[in-house]
Amino acid sequence: MKQPFEQIVQAYGLSVLRVCRALLDEHRAQDAWSETFLSALKAYPGLDPQANIQAWLIRIAHHKAIDELRRHRGETVQADPAAGEVAVELSPETNAENHELWALVKQLPEKQRLVVAYRYLGGLGYRQISEFLGGTPEAARRAAADGINSLRKVIDISAYEGASP
Amino acid sequence: MKKKETTAVATAAEAALLSELRQRLEDSAQLEQLTDVVYRVVDSPLGKLLLASTGQGIVRVAFEGEEHDKVLERLSDKVGSRILRSEAKLDAAARQIHEYFNGTRRTFELPLDLRLSTDFRRRVQLELDRIGYGQTLSYAQMADRIGNPKAVRAVGSACATNPLPILLPCHRVLRTDGSLGGYLGGLEAKRQLLLLEHAQAVPAEQHLF
Repeated sequence: MKQPFEQIVQAYGLSVLRVCRALLDEHRAQDAWSETFLSALKAYPGLDPQANIQAWLIRIAHHKAIDELRRHRGETVQADPAAGEVAVELSPETNAENHELWALVKQLPEKQRLVVAYRYLGGLGYRQISEFLGGTPEAARRAAADGINSLRKVIDISAYEGASP
Repeated sequence: MKKKETTAVATAAEAALLSELRQRLEDSAQLEQLTDVVYRVVDSPLGKLLLASTGQGIVRVAFEGEEHDKVLERLSDKVGSRILRSEAKLDAAARQIHEYFNGTRRTFELPLDLRLSTDFRRRVQLELDRIGYGQTLSYAQMADRIGNPKAVRAVGSACATNPLPILLPCHRVLRTDGSLGGYLGGLEAKRQLLLLEHAQAVPAEQHLF
């Protein structure tokens, strides 16, 4: 049994919006959200009923966001810098409301920015992220760690850190 | 490996934007004819009514007691999962139902889609449309009308599984003794509809029990 698509929009619209906003400027983030859900609606009847819907939607949003970034900036994906350790988990609830923090996320190198957004706003695991981003789960984890460390250097993010997993 | 669900709550600004984006999605989906079913919930004296429509016509009217979420899930199974809420697409249906409960409308002019019914039941359900406002028939009379006088029980089932109550007035079919029989929306709903229509033979209260 597949849940009616309206329930998908209600359940996942917010996290897709937050991911889009962390990657793109406001106007393009809204376009990416619209294109993501329109593509998802088209593809929904063919989706495996067992599929993880959150990961499926974030993957579609990722492709839309990458299209937008390539079209407007021609940025290159940066290689992973040295690995760092991150012992904390950020909680999506507290972070998404902090515009200052997400403005800074937008300035991270592309791969770090994508991974941080998918991990902390999209709620995906590193394995799921690496499945559509390429590379290994470990590399995705390192990129997130580096991103978080860079953020730490500019602002005190301890206020936004949630409980450890 | 199952990830913990994110249970983030939208801020007021996010909620407003999401509602706007959802509307845009609905509009694009209509434009590209991407939906299998659209639906809307309207208030009525009988509680909230779910109205659902395919490209062909109204496919389901459901009472609150049927649990709208479950009705939508069955529609997803039987018609298609591309289901979106749409106020605009069900405007005419909502208005006519409102007028009916106001007493200013006696017949409905809406395209109907009876794909959820089997052939026999569809025949009975379409026949319901020929019972006039405020009139009642017995299940046996209905069986006669469809030319199958022995099928009284099957006629009863067809009425009980009417996917379009109110629009196709199964509430106008009673037992031969004048008691109410059954009704998907509950017997009190059936009674209220008959009272609204000032039906000649509104069964007395004691027939309810």
